[in-house]
Amino acid sequence: MYRTHVLVCGGTGCTAGGCEQVIAALESEVKKAGLDQEVCVVKTGCHGLCELGPVMIVYPDDILYVMVKPEDAAEIVQEHLLKGRPVSRLIYDESVTAEGVKSLNDTAFYSKQKRVALRNCGVIDPEKIDEYIARDGYQALGKVLTTMTPDEVIQTILDSGLRGRGGAGFPTGLKWKFACANRGQVEKYVCCNADEGDPGAFMDRSVLEGDPHVVLEAMAIAGYAIGANQGYIYVRAEYPIAVQRLKIAIDQAREYGLLGKNIFESGFDFDIDIRLGAGAFVCGEETALMTSIEGKRGEPRPRPPFPAVKGLFGKPTILNNVETWANIPQIILNGPEWFASMGTEKSKGTKVFALGGKINNTGLVEIPMGTTLRTIVEEIGGGIPNGKKFKAAQTGGPSGGCIPAEHLDVPIDYDNLIAIGSMMGSGGMIIMDEDNCMVDIAKFFLEFTVDESCGKCTPCRIGTRRMMEILEKITEGKGTLEDLDKLEKLCYHIKENSLCGLGQTAPNPVLSTLRYFRHEYVAHIVEKRCPAGVCKALLSYTIDPDKCRGCTVCVRACPAGAITGAVKKAHVIDQSKCVKCGACMDACKFGAISKK
Amino acid sequence: MSTKQTVPFTGTPQQAEQLYKVIEELKDQPGSLMPIMQQAQEIYGYLPIQVQTMISDATGHPLEEIYGVATFYSMFNLNPKGKYRISVCLGTACYVKGAGRIYEKLQELLGIQGGECTADGKFSLDACRCVGACGLAPVMMINDDVYGRLTVDELPAILKKYQ
Repeated sequence: MYRTHVLVCGGTGCTAGGCEQVIAALESEVKKAGLDQEVCVVKTGCHGLCELGPVMIVYPDDILYVMVKPEDAAEIVQEHLLKGRPVSRLIYDESVTAEGVKSLNDTAFYSKQKRVALRNCGVIDPEKIDEYIARDGYQALGKVLTTMTPDEVIQTILDSGLRGRGGAGFPTGLKWKFACANRGQVEKYVCCNADEGDPGAFMDRSVLEGDPHVVLEAMAIAGYAIGANQGYIYVRAEYPIAVQRLKIAIDQAREYGLLGKNIFESGFDFDIDIRLGAGAFVCGEETALMTSIEGKRGEPRPRPPFPAVKGLFGKPTILNNVETWANIPQIILNGPEWFASMGTEKSKGTKVFALGGKINNTGLVEIPMGTTLRTIVEEIGGGIPNGKKFKAAQTGGPSGGCIPAEHLDVPIDYDNLIAIGSMMGSGGMIIMDEDNCMVDIAKFFLEFTVDESCGKCTPCRIGTRRMMEILEKITEGKGTLEDLDKLEKLCYHIKENSLCGLGQTAPNPVLSTLRYFRHEYVAHIVEKRCPAGVCKALLSYTIDPDKCRGCTVCVRACPAGAITGAVKKAHVIDQSKCVKCGACMDACKFGAISKK
Repeated sequence: MSTKQTVPFTGTPQQAEQLYKVIEELKDQPGSLMPIMQQAQEIYGYLPIQVQTMISDATGHPLEEIYGVATFYSMFNLNPKGKYRISVCLGTACYVKGAGRIYEKLQELLGIQGGECTADGKFSLDACRCVGACGLAPVMMINDDVYGRLTVDELPAILKKYQ
């Protein structure tokens, strides 16, 4: 037994910030101080506060250190772990009050959260199955195999009201029910969609990195419910840490007899293999994903037949997303009523959002459905940095839309988000401030879709490219008002006629920005002006003669030779030569250059 | 993706032996073509037509099917990458924090376009989708090193470390 546990985040954000070196330094300092029998350093999954990584929590003191560097290890060990005096300069600001350090659960970032899918992330060592088991791991599987019939399992999931967390929000129990016919007579498959492709969403990765066993357990439960004996996890190759931890988890589960033959001596066999994605966004679509597991080009195919009837290798298959799986064992253990008691009428439970962009607390947050956007942005997210104004929250990635300030008080659930022109998607939430141009953002997403369209159906392949061309025209100041009408018409045409979800939702970023920020489009077209100062072709850089000291730094910085002026006299920029690179503005020490 | 092969193929018998071993191990599994191709790319660093032909001969999958898969997924490369592979994250979180300017500046500094490799084979530059380090936005990776909270001014010094 150890008296103190130091939980260092080993998620991707903190790994990029150098947590490995921090862990090594801590371990060596602990040893040096002779505390290695008393203090245990654990590498866990994501704690959520990625903005301040590398982060670590000392238990039982419940003290969160942020932005820890290897050099800090000696001080933490000597002062805190040895002498019991927390190192105040590294403590998370938010948790420090006049009376001392308050519990993390009382800080703005954590107090509004409710961790279900992420309950083990940042708490256990994901590479040790015993720690998962100690947190009730594999108990749900045991309960299901020894006390429940497959139909009871499906009914439990149905009653919980759980909907798919991957994007469309289809009821999970219903999916399972469709696939449960002919149990034991035909081969079936259970798949996990871990091809998290929405740029800006990383909750699936955090679950896989922080709590891989929960996915394995849930897939085995589903296998029992529908009568499948083989599972596949399709995971992005861009997530090496997640892949590694999944492999370790699968090996350990096999060793403990929790995967493989005759699990819990119930006669039920189930095993899981990993398949790596190879960088194709469309493979997040269910039929495309299954085609990709078969080793082919990951193109979607028309439905019906639905995968529940004819899926992977032509056999009935269910596919759920990582976060959906992460909810299953808790629903089995705590009962469907518990789960259904959280959330709104039609969206039960919690949802994890990856909060990013122009927000103070970038990171991973899990909130009950029905929480308002305002709570997320202002309280949990800590507001917008640098005193800027909130402009929009983008949810749903390239399939979603931008939510303006007027809808900050809408309770977030599947249906409300669709009603205001966005969607839940996988849970990326990018906050934008007044410096972000909404036409540019729409163009950014269209570029993404054009790149990622698989090319199988024409509306998506050609239509999205035409849309992008119109957006390019507008951002270059060459657009007309007729272009806006054409753009809108194209949007509806592509939505109605595309084969799969990628094309059907690709126009959403444009439609939602047209709905709420039409005036920005109009400013680009009519006034030839980008209100946010982003679209290069519409910008002009000017030197304020009152502030310019004539130091000539900008003249030397300008790659185009567009700036002239005598030493110690105000300089001017020749607009016809200016390439709008902004080098002069970066170089000026007097803030004399502005862009408009 | 550029499908023109610009660099002559220099595979060794050792690499071939490794590849055939992988194929032997995997080929009877359902849907094994992609795992085989992923391993082949690990061995050779890229998937030139010669390697695709070897896979085709050893697995019985027609070459056009293999080529189809190789050109469908962005992670398969028909051309070798630079010694230092730079990828700039253009995910949404990085983009709204100015990753676009980082990407442009790197193209300017290296004198290449995205997807290309410098003439001396040292640097290749690509844009990638979210690497999931949104807390550090904007982010780029050079091989396995992650650089976060980047500004345009830091880039020359960072590149210098690898020159």
